[in-house]
Amino acid sequence: MDRKTQLPAHLHDIRKRIEGYAREYGLDFFDTIFEVLNFDEINMVAAYGGFPNRYPHWRFGMDYERLAKGYEYGLSKIYEMVINNDPSYAYLLESNMDVDQKLVMAHVYGHVDFFKNNFMFRHTNRKMMDQMANHATRVRRYQDKLGVELVEDFIDRCLSIENLIDYQSPYVKRRPDHPEEEGERKVAKGFKSEREYMREFINPPEFLKAQQKLLDEEAARKRKFPERPERDVLLFLLENAPLERWEHDVLSIVREEAYYFAPQGQTKIMNEGWATYWHSKIMTEKALDASEIIDYADHHSGTLATHPGQLNPYKLGVELWRDIEDRWNKGRFGKEYDDCDSFVERKHWDKRLGLGREKIFEVRKHYNDVTFIDEFLTLEFVLDQRLFTYGYNDKHQRWEVMEREFKKVKEKLLHMLTNFGQPMIAVEDGNFDNRGELLLVHKHDGVDLKLDYARDTLKHLQSLWRRPVNLVSKIEGRGTLFRFDGKEHGDRRVEL
Amino acid sequence: MTLKIKQDHARFRDIIRGRIKRNLKKYVQKGEMIGKKGKEFITIPVPTIDIPHFVFGERSQGGVGQGEGEPGDPLSPGDGQPGSGQAGQGEGQHILEVDVSLEELADILGEELSLPRIQPKGKDRIVATKLKYTGVAPAGPESLRHFKRTYKQALRRQIASGSYNWRKPLIVPVREDRRYRSWKQVPLPETNAVVIYMMDVSGSMGDEQKEIVRIESFWIDTWLRKHYKGLETRYIIHDAVAREVDRDTFFHTRESGGTMISSAYKLALEMIESEYSPGSWNVYPFHFSDGDNWSADDTRLCVDLLQNRILPAVNLFAYGQVESPYGSGQFIKDLKDAIGAHDNVALSEIADKDGIYGSIKTFLGTGN
Repeated sequence: MDRKTQLPAHLHDIRKRIEGYAREYGLDFFDTIFEVLNFDEINMVAAYGGFPNRYPHWRFGMDYERLAKGYEYGLSKIYEMVINNDPSYAYLLESNMDVDQKLVMAHVYGHVDFFKNNFMFRHTNRKMMDQMANHATRVRRYQDKLGVELVEDFIDRCLSIENLIDYQSPYVKRRPDHPEEEGERKVAKGFKSEREYMREFINPPEFLKAQQKLLDEEAARKRKFPERPERDVLLFLLENAPLERWEHDVLSIVREEAYYFAPQGQTKIMNEGWATYWHSKIMTEKALDASEIIDYADHHSGTLATHPGQLNPYKLGVELWRDIEDRWNKGRFGKEYDDCDSFVERKHWDKRLGLGREKIFEVRKHYNDVTFIDEFLTLEFVLDQRLFTYGYNDKHQRWEVMEREFKKVKEKLLHMLTNFGQPMIAVEDGNFDNRGELLLVHKHDGVDLKLDYARDTLKHLQSLWRRPVNLVSKIEGRGTLFRFDGKEHGDRRVEL
Repeated sequence: MTLKIKQDHARFRDIIRGRIKRNLKKYVQKGEMIGKKGKEFITIPVPTIDIPHFVFGERSQGGVGQGEGEPGDPLSPGDGQPGSGQAGQGEGQHILEVDVSLEELADILGEELSLPRIQPKGKDRIVATKLKYTGVAPAGPESLRHFKRTYKQALRRQIASGSYNWRKPLIVPVREDRRYRSWKQVPLPETNAVVIYMMDVSGSMGDEQKEIVRIESFWIDTWLRKHYKGLETRYIIHDAVAREVDRDTFFHTRESGGTMISSAYKLALEMIESEYSPGSWNVYPFHFSDGDNWSADDTRLCVDLLQNRILPAVNLFAYGQVESPYGSGQFIKDLKDAIGAHDNVALSEIADKDGIYGSIKTFLGTGN
């Protein structure tokens, strides 16, 4: 299983050792190819989201400038980067110390194990490296033919709505395989029954009526367009917007990449926590030399540092993983434990089950951030980790700590993670007002949209749909319809 | 790996440039930008270069944090949204700070104001020469011997004459093989320019007026520096008497008392005549005042100095009159009547910061 890599000999040896340790612990990963890059190259790759070959677009240049400046001024340095691909690619910074390289490799094997095994990644393209290069080629070809600016402007517009995808759709079936034929009105038949005298009992009239109503509703919905609110706005546009062929292709590229990156965002806390858990385990139990401990401790603590107004996914993640392992080792779960009211007893609860390791491997397979937090964030954990919610206090004109109550913290955290932290927006009507206008509806859950951004986004959306576009949302508690008709914005109050 | 990112980076810089150009008017009025001036670069805040999305408003969302603090305690400033990593939270404006070279800034200014290129005074241009090694010659000093070419020449000769033995590749150059670096004299046009800033610091010139002068002088500097390498700047302040000061003092001095504009002109003239002979220098006197002069006699003296002594010696004489609540604003009218017809005179009235933009165009639009 030795792939040809470009690693210098001593890094090659380190890699082999770390890989060996990772396997001993039971991690199960794709082949991983490490490449050593200098800071300029690593900034480039980072600006491209980890892929050395992306389609040309100015925003990558902007990210690059930010990264390069951060590095020049010594503000930030990229330690590790790894791509979900088979084989996986990971990058090492040339100027790092060997102890850093060890740490990064151990961390990377954690990530790759997660990519390979977590269910969220099951549908991602494992040949994305090649696919990205294909996308780049296609976009370049369009640019050669049509001009750089035209294509780039179009990409801007597509990117503006790239978060309007259906984050759950890869894991559920949204549409029937065979669309039913249009036909006459269906009549509810009820359950089959051979015996005449039983019929009234098996299919009472009320039941038949209810069935008939459902069928009629279904038929009515079919006449709507789209039948159900479509969360995958990009897909809706691909299928229904009057796009030219190249536009269609570019939009589908943006959509494909959005779906590829989505699971990484939806498992950030778990994934970073998992990788941190394993690098700390591998480093402290196996890989560290005595002379490296100080540097390791320094960098490890840097990774896990917390700041009041920021949630460090590495820290939160690794603490949760350790908490789960500890709880399952000691048997601190299940009805008996939950029902126990004695604080002292709970604190010293230990049934010596030793199930921790097994449990975390199982959890890393079947959870994402939302379910992970929902299930494993406990009252004790929140208190222990000093978690709190914060918000903006208009009266004091500043950000303030709001609450430390367990329920509130959990609620807020889940809210931030639900739907990838993006507002739920769906296409409600593709023929709004019977004028071919687009109607989007924002399912308001207590947090208003950012208005200036929303207006600009509508503008971009309009240029894709060509006809006027509308968005219904709530602002300061009142239903509002935002509209852009290609020339000007118009808002009006609506009843929700 | 060639850095593909350079292309994207160049595109990004292009877009930034366009943004700056579009908002130039706003930047021109802004004083704080000048404060961020480095030696060659200036940092400009560019608003919303971001791609817009449907996102939650930051303020109404809040978040979860970790650490000490009781409910009601403030988060330390700058602690923003978790994981957003975006700078600048001010009222939903995402500000990006970009570095632009002064040269580029001058270009942008020039394009946006459609300023003509300055033609340095042609006939009086000083020509310096510079040595440039351009080729090889068979003769020359040993210190300039070109080893590689000499070797090649010897090798060629030995192969041609059959004395080259590949088993024992020994090359011995003879006198004729030797090659030396040779040079040419390249004429190097060099233009010298000096800007003499004069400002009225009498009691009637307030801080706001000075700020306008400061901003305007920054842009003038930027533009002229693009055209003249080695631009010199001199500063003269005056009330009833004039004296030369350094840059810092120039912008921060406040005197009280009367105004004798002629004193400044005299000093400037002295400066020009003693140090900047019009034969070899491009001279740019800029004068700012609130238009209040001591007496009509003094104004007559000024006009006389300008007409007979200063104007013939300079590329451009510019007078900017900053409006102040105390000044009568008479001076510019007098100048207009007397010398307004000369084509190397630019006069402009600056009502407030909004006026800077137009004033710069007036001053630099002459192309002198």
